[in-house]
Amino acid sequence: MASIYTAALMQHHAHPDYKYDMEDATHAREGVNPSCGDRLTLSLRIEDGTVEEAAFSGSGCAVSQASADIMADLITGESVDEARRLCRLFIAMVRGESLSDDDFEDLDEAAQLESIARMPARVKCAELAWRTLETLLDETDDAS
Amino acid sequence: MHRLPLSAAQAGDISTNPYKADFPLLAARDDLAFLDSAATAQRPRCVIDAQARFYETLNANALRGLYDLSVQATTAIGEARAKLARLIGARDRDEVVICRNTSEALNIVAGSFALDILREGDEVCVTAMEHHSNLIPWQQACRATGAKLTYLFPDENDVITAEEMDAKIGPSTRIVAAAHVSNVLGVENPIADMARRVHEHGGYLVVDGAQSVPHMDIDVAALECDFFAFSAHKAFGPFGIGVLWGRRSLLESSSPFLTGGEMIESVTFEDAAWAGIPEKFEAGTQDAAGIHAAGVAVDYLESVGMQAVQAREAALMRACIETLDALDFVSIVGPSDPDARHGVVSFNVDGIHPHDVASILDMQGVAIRAGYHCAEPLLTWLGTGACCRASLAFYNDESDIAALGRGLETVWRTFNG
Repeated sequence: MASIYTAALMQHHAHPDYKYDMEDATHAREGVNPSCGDRLTLSLRIEDGTVEEAAFSGSGCAVSQASADIMADLITGESVDEARRLCRLFIAMVRGESLSDDDFEDLDEAAQLESIARMPARVKCAELAWRTLETLLDETDDAS
Repeated sequence: MHRLPLSAAQAGDISTNPYKADFPLLAARDDLAFLDSAATAQRPRCVIDAQARFYETLNANALRGLYDLSVQATTAIGEARAKLARLIGARDRDEVVICRNTSEALNIVAGSFALDILREGDEVCVTAMEHHSNLIPWQQACRATGAKLTYLFPDENDVITAEEMDAKIGPSTRIVAAAHVSNVLGVENPIADMARRVHEHGGYLVVDGAQSVPHMDIDVAALECDFFAFSAHKAFGPFGIGVLWGRRSLLESSSPFLTGGEMIESVTFEDAAWAGIPEKFEAGTQDAAGIHAAGVAVDYLESVGMQAVQAREAALMRACIETLDALDFVSIVGPSDPDARHGVVSFNVDGIHPHDVASILDMQGVAIRAGYHCAEPLLTWLGTGACCRASLAFYNDESDIAALGRGLETVWRTFNG
């Protein structure tokens, strides 16, 4: 089994750039991983339909923490609609659906988590931040 | 597959493994260190074969058929019921209700007997270390009746003390429900002491024996409990077979839990009269093949012998705790005294999430459990959060423990270079 514990993933886990409490968040939501009870709070500052800032807090396994950090990096500066699209792409990828080369390119560093699809027990860990983002954006249609 | 019991000294030699060949999955998987028997045990060949043999030679719907094959199926269920009764020291096989698993067994008690007797202001007392199976049914029963749920907390040595029992078990306590052995801490709870206290106040004791039956001789009379629940699948039997033992008078006076076929004496358009025990609690067609195989699992366990099981598991537990103690980045959750632990060792690796530990161990062929182990309130109360758990059975040997030790060193290196 190829290790998902790559140097890049370990780097995001050990030194996350986006793990902090955001002072002036416009949107926040807590997500729970039902398989282990880990909780993560995702905070966004959305202005004029653009995700100007994204951050997360909480504790969890290396997979969930690195995935959250990679996600925050990816969606910062994107429109809400694009963030929603990337989110759907990521969830499809870790659930084993096939993506086009363009899709993989759009997911950038997040595409490295593709092999999680072969570890069904850990998909929920990788998805946690993304499912939280999806719910948050669905709940706040006025965000855009 | 019957074997003569080995002496305690022979069985306690964990450098050899006289049992592995009995278990087809383990025998075929030299690459696997299976340390998750507390979740479900592996099954010996004789149990797997018994299930198939039932379908090949005895298959008919039991109880109601008037032809020979159905009578044979009925007889097979009765024989298995007697074996399951023997396993827990029950003298009256009618006191053994067969259901799907420990959860269902405990739901029968909480959803029939308890609802019959609980009134507003009564108390139900459980330990803080219950598996959700022996917690949520009581939360529900209390919600339905207005009874209050109280908790027995272990002390710093993971023991539920006499003082704690005296403080929590009183005149309002109608039911005490406790795990015989904790699936996280591995400790054996003082069941007979609880029984004496709750009986003094006219209440009843319900025991979750899921984690004790595979590891020790059980005698429901000596435990002085009123109900005792366990699952066959943790005791080398098939999935889908659970046992609820209850005192005859209590089972007879309880309302049924599930209703329908097989559990009635007579039925009119308006009403029904219940069958006697145990059938009153066994609505619907049962997994007769599974029940038959569960009886064969009892035969197998008896032929291994509980003395041999305990000698071997004690040696395995000592080796496991020594291995974990030798790793300074591992901390054990619960007692570190091997004699205080039955079957399970919970632990954490400094700064590394249990799911990451379990995944990296899995890549090295070591199967453990990680998470809350269906005991979330306990782990929240302990301040531990999720943790790792290795669990043992007599079919393990020292190579499994060594694989765990090597695996944990790899886990540490993966995160800390």
